[in-house]
Amino acid sequence: MSILVDANTRVVVQGITGRDGSFHTRQMAAYGTNIVAGVTPGKGGQDLDGIPVFDTLGEAASATGANTSIIYVRPAFAADAIHEAIDARMDLVICITEGIPTLDMARVYAVLQHSGVRLLGPNCPGAITPGVTKVGIMPGHIHRPGHVGVVSRSGTLTYEIVHQLTSAGIGQSTCLGIGGDPIIGTGFIDALEAFEADADTHAVVMIGEIGGSDEERAAEFVQQHMTKPVVGFIAGRTAPPGKRMGHAGAIISGGTGGAEEKVSALNAAGIPVADRSADVVDLIRSALA
Amino acid sequence: MNIHEFQAKGIFARHGMAIPREQVARTPEEARRIAEELDTRVVVKAQVHVGGRGKAGGVKLASTPDEAFDVAGRILGMDIKGLTVRQVLVAEAVEIGHEAYVGIILDRQTRRPVFMVSAAGGVDIEEVARDTPEKIHKLAVDPLLGLLPFQARSLAYKLYSDPAQVNQAAGMLARLYDAFMESDASLAEINPLVTTPEGKLWALDGKMNIDDNALFRHEEIEAMRDPESEEPTEAEARDADLSFVKLDGDIGCIVNGAGLAMATMDMVKFYGGTPANFLDIGGSSNPDKVVTAMNIITSDHRVKAVLFNIFGGITRCDDVANGIVTALRRIADGPGGPLTLPIVIRLTGTNEAEGRKILESVGLVAVDTMAEAVQKAVALGKESK
Repeated sequence: MSILVDANTRVVVQGITGRDGSFHTRQMAAYGTNIVAGVTPGKGGQDLDGIPVFDTLGEAASATGANTSIIYVRPAFAADAIHEAIDARMDLVICITEGIPTLDMARVYAVLQHSGVRLLGPNCPGAITPGVTKVGIMPGHIHRPGHVGVVSRSGTLTYEIVHQLTSAGIGQSTCLGIGGDPIIGTGFIDALEAFEADADTHAVVMIGEIGGSDEERAAEFVQQHMTKPVVGFIAGRTAPPGKRMGHAGAIISGGTGGAEEKVSALNAAGIPVADRSADVVDLIRSALA
Repeated sequence: MNIHEFQAKGIFARHGMAIPREQVARTPEEARRIAEELDTRVVVKAQVHVGGRGKAGGVKLASTPDEAFDVAGRILGMDIKGLTVRQVLVAEAVEIGHEAYVGIILDRQTRRPVFMVSAAGGVDIEEVARDTPEKIHKLAVDPLLGLLPFQARSLAYKLYSDPAQVNQAAGMLARLYDAFMESDASLAEINPLVTTPEGKLWALDGKMNIDDNALFRHEEIEAMRDPESEEPTEAEARDADLSFVKLDGDIGCIVNGAGLAMATMDMVKFYGGTPANFLDIGGSSNPDKVVTAMNIITSDHRVKAVLFNIFGGITRCDDVANGIVTALRRIADGPGGPLTLPIVIRLTGTNEAEGRKILESVGLVAVDTMAEAVQKAVALGKESK
């Protein structure tokens, strides 16, 4: 088992003919992901390595039974692509695009709330269930099947930590990036809830960063609702207030969102937090012992 | 992006809000001319991207044009929290009966625009929020519906009891919401929103922050960018599409990915060093970005060592290696001669072997782990002091 993505995941790629879209479609297909369709308006009828391309997501879904969409569409048009995926009733929409205007996402979220569709991202690396399917941009080879769930706001930092887990012989059930933007579809709590319900996940690594207070609320959730061990890491202890640290959502503002508050909140909820990203492996090892 | 008070109020005025007559001056002479034109008592206000201007002496009244000249002369060039005042706003002085606060932020928790209003205006609203949170009233707006008239009225009743003022305030709130949404703002506030003794409402001071992600569709706002108020290296980085924040340490960090970049800075601190910057070269594989990054980092004379931490995913290690080699060659050919700073490179992931080969061809060696690289950079930084 796993969460969000598994052997039944049938992927449609929105923006399949673009530079990033085509590159990552091939990477995902090489990993074994079942990619059934692509969408690029104006390019319907073409194909990419035999994957049929459609003009609209609605057509792609009814022709191929796609249940999951992944979006590689430029920021100016990405919110519209998410609306299209919600309208086509995908089970899961994964939006990779970085740089979507925040108010566009506020409108997307208002629609999403009542739709029953799950959105991962935007500005995220996607999700991977090692050895089964990869719906994202992460390097597949650093992962290995196992029982640790990984949820993170970051991309490369997640690769770093996953790589260390794998090197130490610790495999993963599912790894997902929830995204670095202020408004995202799936938060830490949604992911933790899913990992708690997944029999194949025995422990969870939660990788947070400065900005907002999602980590604090997730800590409360862990304390109240989780039986599985969770270990954490928080990036940005040295970040100054008022400066956006790359991710649109990674900013300490109005006295909230600092790393120390997050670390204390996690510790108070019984979640051990690694001082260095390299220490996550030891924490997980003792959590699983 | 932050914009200045006069720019925010310009946007407010275009949305039909009442603001004082005012103009910006860059010299005392201009301030005098504006005061002459306004032909009334004026207030001269420093235009800098920082709060607490009043307390710092950056806001002064002037009764005559000559006084405006004197006051502007004192404020221009003043240093307020590290920022030099280059322009002042000369505005007609408005008689103040009552001061309120109204603002909108994009709230991460509700994922909606949220109004905050308080009858206790004119002071630092963060202080009010901390000490007397009951004086602040909040309301989340569904972005699909917009601010409904009853919502605007319910907020206005929290501020005023006089029906005419309630109506005026409700209209003001609706216009502020429009300004917020149409400008793709992340914050828009009027503080204070003043009532004159005659009962008229004015936006006396205003502030707006604009979502950087939305600037591509707001040329008119992008044009408001004030290069003088920015760290020059941060502007250079932005032009090269690099995410860069200057800090005051001595270990220059070049990393791919924002989370990894923060974790790298944190690890520098953990091992007893101090990071000179945050820098994310992004996911693309463009050697030019590495060159620009190296230039920015090495132009800071406090930097004692340069640390690369690259985890190849989309970013290819061979591209980064090529970028490093090219940058070193360009720096060596430049006026300062070859780079004397120690460089530590951690390179792993996609095309790692190719990347290492390129580095070895010029005598550079990559280390395996992040912890090893950081420790080495901190040690070399200390040696070269």
